[in-house]
Amino acid sequence: MSAPIPPPSGKTEPHAAPSRDVHARPGRPVHAPVGKHGLDKVHARADGPHVPPRTAKVVLALLRKELLVELRTLESIPGMSLFAVTTFVVFHFALQQNTVSGQEAAGILWVTILFAAMLGINRLFVADADQGGFDGFLLAPVDRTALLLAKAASLLAYLLVLELVAVPAFALLLLGPPLGQALPGLLAPLALGDLGVAAIGTLVAALAVRTRARDLLGPLLALPLLVPVVIGCARASAPLFELTHAGGVPLRWLGTLALYDLVFGLVAYAVFDFLLED
Amino acid sequence: MTDLEVQVAPHTALADRPAALALSGLTRNYGERAALQDVSLRLPTGDTLVAFGPNGAGKTTLLRVLATLLRPHSGSVVVLDTKLPDDAWRVRGRIGLLGHESLLYRELSARENLRYHARLHNIGAERVEEQLSAVSMSARADEPVRTLSRGMVQRVAVARATLHSPELLLLDEPYANLDPAAIELVEPLIGAESECTRVVSSHDPGRGLAEADLVLGLRGGRVSLLTDSASVGPDAIAELYR
Repeated sequence: MSAPIPPPSGKTEPHAAPSRDVHARPGRPVHAPVGKHGLDKVHARADGPHVPPRTAKVVLALLRKELLVELRTLESIPGMSLFAVTTFVVFHFALQQNTVSGQEAAGILWVTILFAAMLGINRLFVADADQGGFDGFLLAPVDRTALLLAKAASLLAYLLVLELVAVPAFALLLLGPPLGQALPGLLAPLALGDLGVAAIGTLVAALAVRTRARDLLGPLLALPLLVPVVIGCARASAPLFELTHAGGVPLRWLGTLALYDLVFGLVAYAVFDFLLED
Repeated sequence: MTDLEVQVAPHTALADRPAALALSGLTRNYGERAALQDVSLRLPTGDTLVAFGPNGAGKTTLLRVLATLLRPHSGSVVVLDTKLPDDAWRVRGRIGLLGHESLLYRELSARENLRYHARLHNIGAERVEEQLSAVSMSARADEPVRTLSRGMVQRVAVARATLHSPELLLLDEPYANLDPAAIELVEPLIGAESECTRVVSSHDPGRGLAEADLVLGLRGGRVSLLTDSASVGPDAIAELYR
């Protein structure tokens, strides 16, 4: 054995009983040794045990962090919005039509929103996976469902901003009937569509981000699951885009959308914890 | 010493104290490769275990299992009186992990990162300022982490890992990227002065042995050495790397 190595500062010094040692356990033997191996080291936390935060508080903390990171990086929302506007321009020229209406218009709007949403879905967990955010979250004494709720809420926020850009751009570039007449009725399909995309998108993104082929796997899993959402939204919106403004929103399709959202919301809630497990 | 010549010395000093860690036959695989195989040890509360071993020996895997981030595939793991993985939720929040990754968002500032972690642990903002001050990062706390040097990022990571005053510190090469002054700065938080139970992964026999109460040597995921720090010298540690 080589010459002894001097211990780092404080290593062999007997520690005075920490003034804030609130963890002294009842039943601790009074003859307990002190010093290097003494129980004065035991549970000497600075300010005692912390009560785990409420889930709502965690969701807000996560959401705040999500939006702050997006605000700094601008990785999702600008890309989604630009993609949507560019797609409408492409449709404008590809269809060789100045205006579209009815089912055709609804289909173009919702397919474009779906593909634009995929850009956001693909990026949803990337910062967490690449920068250790998952580990930081998993080490905290919190309900893991908070991450699902916060991510879905942030995706919902991205979709809202996307639609604030995409719907007026769609009206400007392609839509035949005036947007004003369709807009009040369009709010319900937009809201239900966004909820479905947020629930399914968050679920799929959490699943895909831990794989090597996450950029490929995300769309491959999400698109089939989102087809019913697109169908429901397009069918619900089509009457609003008729030149004659034939009628209101079909409640049957709104009900179908709501049911689909509910089912996938529950599925996401049930399986999300397992997706975070090793 | 070969892989099969396991030197396990009894580390019985004060063994009557409660165990912070009790591992028995811990095995963890990555696919078909065993990253940890049949690791058994007991670490009394308040002591420091230093794990040595070449790259890929299983040190980081051991820390991640203890941190509840990886599930053991067989064997028994009890951390702070909590059986893993079944009751892992009980122990989260009592563990501080300082790994190779800082667990900090690069686009956020040090202060924003610490406040985010403080909210996850239900800790007040004043604790964040205390920690920033403790690692001497208050002056640059509002700059994005991506603009900080690696040493500064490591200091902020130390502040993050100890923000919630954990009982058990899991430190993966904690002094990497730190200059001597910074090492002195973080010593009260993660060194012996922290008074926490510690598991430290190290490649530095000098510092590691000085810090250790119990020394663990790993090779290929197996225990090659497990003994009191007084019973082992740098030569035996160097042997692990040959």
